[in-house]
Amino acid sequence: MQALTSRGKEVSRKPMSFMERLYIPSILKGMAITFSHIFKKQPTIHYPEQKREFSPVFRGLHVLNRDEEGRERCTACGLCAVACPAEAITMEGAERLEGEENKYREEKYAAKYEINMLRCIFCGLCEEACPKDAIYLSETFAPANFTRKGFIYGKEDLLIPDPITAPEEFAKARGAHRNN
Amino acid sequence: MTLLAFDWILMVEKLILIAIIVFASLGIALYTTFAERKVAAILQDRPGPNRAGPFGLLQPFADGLKLIMKEEIIPNSSNKALFILGPGLAMTAALMTCSVIPWSSHVELFDRKIDLQIADINIGILYIFGVVSLGVYGIMIGGWASNNKFSLMAALRGASQAISYELAMGLSLIAVLMISGSLSLKTIVDEQMAAGSLWNIAYQPLGFVIFFICALAECNRTPFDLPEAENELNFGYHQEYSSMKLGFYLFSEYINMIMSSAVMACLFFGGYDIPFLNEATLSPNFAAILGLLALLTKIVIFIFVFMWIRWTIPRFRYDQLMNVGWKKLIPLALFNMLLTGALILWKQG
Repeated sequence: MQALTSRGKEVSRKPMSFMERLYIPSILKGMAITFSHIFKKQPTIHYPEQKREFSPVFRGLHVLNRDEEGRERCTACGLCAVACPAEAITMEGAERLEGEENKYREEKYAAKYEINMLRCIFCGLCEEACPKDAIYLSETFAPANFTRKGFIYGKEDLLIPDPITAPEEFAKARGAHRNN
Repeated sequence: MTLLAFDWILMVEKLILIAIIVFASLGIALYTTFAERKVAAILQDRPGPNRAGPFGLLQPFADGLKLIMKEEIIPNSSNKALFILGPGLAMTAALMTCSVIPWSSHVELFDRKIDLQIADINIGILYIFGVVSLGVYGIMIGGWASNNKFSLMAALRGASQAISYELAMGLSLIAVLMISGSLSLKTIVDEQMAAGSLWNIAYQPLGFVIFFICALAECNRTPFDLPEAENELNFGYHQEYSSMKLGFYLFSEYINMIMSSAVMACLFFGGYDIPFLNEATLSPNFAAILGLLALLTKIVIFIFVFMWIRWTIPRFRYDQLMNVGWKKLIPLALFNMLLTGALILWKQG
């Protein structure tokens, strides 16, 4: 019969010699192997203190972006909700009133914007669909909460801090790898 | 009136000694569980428990607290009295061994010479064997009272294993006793300490190997942990146990480990003897402390070897276990015994 792979190895059916049947050499060999592991470097990353470097394309929790003057970019067009395969995004639009020009960039804005993090699959399609660069996936991850309701993130959870009043938090929320 | 004349101070002294030794054994056992997890982790390239306290040093207390807080379940179909007796017996038998182990020479306090040994009985080794055999009852009673097939199977295995290996253990010990000519552990240690004499391991290498293997089997440690074989017996004889009763079983295993390490150190490695040092030149109290540290070091090394073996060697099959015990170790131990006897006679001329 032809062998399926070239990696096949013939098994030796030779009866074990006396030394092999004693098992003591092999036991000592095994013990030496485990002992050598004492001096090996541990690959563990001690999580809350140390964090792993993310790749530039890491997709974590969502952030609703602001422009450089601190105005919300989202216009509640709904393209992200349409693109979302998990149907995790809902929103309600509202019209910008007189005197709110410093809060919202366009004439229309999202009065309510919710993402259900339990439904979200972090695929990043909302990010791709957004014509206004208003939503992107950050480097924050592993959300934890006591209730299911807590996982429905509203605007106050998603919105990035104002780059003018709180530049440090803004930079932190943007993440290290983000350059736009 | 001489019969009633009672040395009350001796009584108090021994009570204090018992309290110290029992609590120290428990404390060491507590940290042996921690050491087991740490050693396992390090041998597997993991950091091990490191969250509770600095370096995870409070972990054993967290484990103990967890066990105590757990719900205590006594199965309806179990024999309740025996079910409770089982872990208690296992623990008592494990702790009783420490009474004849000479922890160190003697200290001089308040003009009294205090031996650091609870009881220097002249049948010390026999006493240890007797008590260790009692430990099997803990397993048997626990397994039987649970009224569970797996527990009973595991208990049977544990009992047959303990009986088989005690034989080889006793036979390997006879050779040591022929050399020392005494059953008292203190005398055995003192003979090894005497100037010009070597540790018994030099005369009895084969005897030590047999004794060590049997000690592994007696403590139900891998590769002889058949009573606890998870994959074939679910969890072994303590399957139905929960809360601190389970803790007692697990704990008694660690105490057994410490005690068998101590016995091995005393029988083969000179007990509290420090190599290349004549203890008589030091002040007795200082020598006693150094001796205690030496014995503890030997115990720690043995415990490490126990753990090292556990995380290296897989478990024996049941027939292999019996094969090794009856067909290999007992003939070897008999041979060792005859050889030692012949050599002693030849030396005497």
